[in-house]
Formats: sequence, structure tokens, C-alpha cells
Amino acid sequence: MTLTASQTLITVLAVALGCMITRFAPFVIFPDSKEPPEVVTWLGKVLPAAMMGLLVVYSLKGVSLVSPPHGIPEFLAILVIVLLHRWKHNTLLSIAAGTAVYMLLVQTVF
Amino acid sequence: MEESRSGSLRQAAAAAFPLTIPVFTGFLVLGMAYGVLMQTNGYGAFWSTLMSAVAFCGSMQFAAITLLTSAFDPVAALLLSIMVNARHLFYGISMLGKYKGLGRKRFFLIFGLCDETFSIASTAQPPEGVDRGSFYFFVTLFDYLYWVGGTLLGGLLGSVIPFSTEGLDFALTALFVVLFLGQLENAGSRIYGLIGTVCSLAVLLLVGADNMVIPSMIVILIVLLIGRKRI
Repeated sequence: MTLTASQTLITVLAVALGCMITRFAPFVIFPDSKEPPEVVTWLGKVLPAAMMGLLVVYSLKGVSLVSPPHGIPEFLAILVIVLLHRWKHNTLLSIAAGTAVYMLLVQTVF
Repeated sequence: MEESRSGSLRQAAAAAFPLTIPVFTGFLVLGMAYGVLMQTNGYGAFWSTLMSAVAFCGSMQFAAITLLTSAFDPVAALLLSIMVNARHLFYGISMLGKYKGLGRKRFFLIFGLCDETFSIASTAQPPEGVDRGSFYFFVTLFDYLYWVGGTLLGGLLGSVIPFSTEGLDFALTALFVVLFLGQLENAGSRIYGLIGTVCSLAVLLLVGADNMVIPSMIVILIVLLIGRKRI
């Protein structure tokens, strides 16, 4: 440990506080008892789809296209997920197959 | 009365659990990795599990290892945490409606609103006859326990898994991809999913991987609001 126990505890609490500010702020600003402005309600309907797009990009942000393996394992695994999902429409099956393909590729091929 | 209550709770747990299985695999692996990494930096299972239990914010916890291994600066920790976690602001706005009127459960639902729980809770509908609040509660609780449990295991056992788990954390990417596909299949949300993807890809190319989240959120917000006026 670099920090003392009490310094560590304070750092943990500071990280937690920062995270909880971002999680609770919308619910504090627009409390349950009051109807939020129309634009906020509208954003609440369209943001999930937009944020899911951001999460996909975010979870792949570390993938380098210029250095080996050039994002090929990610590309192939996602291709499997998309095709399988169109065919069977089974969430768990798509995720399990995509993950298995990815593990196989990064552990044995690349 | 008591019996029917526990029956409906069990029903909600049974409906929620299958949805969280991908998170189970991803969080167990990443949580253990976090516990091991903390261990190698001199912070044992007590500290890593405490961090996971009270802060519960995956990527920021990894970033916080740097904070724990340099000079004591809680203000920097607070500010960095707000910035890294800023995307939760949009999760909250998205869940205002779904988490409305859930009473005491609401506090825990908001506390545990991580990427994975948000992605499930914002897309899944509680099945017919299952209490809405209990359904969201169990999705949140299961994901929370996976993360804290994974951290504890990693901190206690270190890297003792007998087979290679390399790539297993791709389950979380796969989860996001599948839920994203669901948004694309829905004609009403397709355009917003595409806006989110294109905007964040553009920002990623412009500013790089390290600082992409807040600029992406701002660009998405601007594009959405301009689009809304035009339609």
C-alpha cells in the first residue's frame, strides 16, 4: 500500500462520491413527484438507443486496426453475433457463441 | 400474504436472472482481474472488495489504482470519478420513467445503475405478472453481487483459475452488441442507435480512446436536439 489506511479509505469514498453524484443527479434534479420538462422525457426515450451505440463503440475503443491482429477477432466475433442473432433471435445464444468464437480466436489463432 | 409475497419475489428473481448471465461471466472475470491487480499493487481483498462494494464503477475502479499508488489527492479522485462516470447522467435521464414510483427500492436501483444494469433495464420489459420494481431490483442486485463477489475472489485467490480466461470479458461487449441490435430492429429507435454510434465513432477518431466519453455525450445530445426540432 502506497497510502495509509485512512488515506485509502478517503480515496475510496471520494471515488464512490464522484460516481454517485453522476448516478443520482438526474433523479435529484427531476424528482419523482414532479413531471420533468417535455424535452427531458423525450431524451429519456431516445437516449437508451443512442447510449447503446456509444457503449458498443466504448467497449471496442481499445481495439487497434493498425497493429496486429487488426481488430480481426472482434470483427469476426461480432459478425457471428449479428448473423446468429438474425437467425435465432436468442440473446444468450448469440452472446455465448460470440464470446466463444472470440476466446478461440485470441487464444489459438492470433 | 407472506407466502404470496415471497412467491412474487421468487418470480421476479427468476425472470431477472437469465438476463444477467452474460454479466455474470464478464463481471466475474473482470472483477477477479481487478482484485488481482489491486493485490499486486499492495491492496488486499479487504480494500478491493470495499472499493467494489461502495463505489461499484468498473472502469473508474481500474483508473483509481493509479490514484491509490501515487500521492494522496482526494479532490483529484473526486473530479476524475465525476468525469469518468459522466455517462451515468444520461442513464439516469433514460430511467426517470421506468424507475418512477418504486419507493424505497429506487435508492438501490440508482446506486447500482452501471453500464450493464442500464443496458438490461433500459431494454428489457418485466414479463407479464411480474412486479416491475422487483424485476429491476433483482437485475441490479445480481449484477452488483457478481462484481463484488468477483473482486473478493480475485483478491483472496489471486489468479488460480486452471484454464485460460483470455477473451472471456468479451461477453460484456457481446451483451452491448446484442442489445444494440435489438434497438436497431425497432423502427422507432433505429435512427437514435445509429446517431449514437456514428457520433461516438467520429469522436473516437478525433480525440482518441482515452477521452472519448464526455465529448461523445455532448455531440450526441446536440445532434439529437437539432434532429428533434427538425422532425
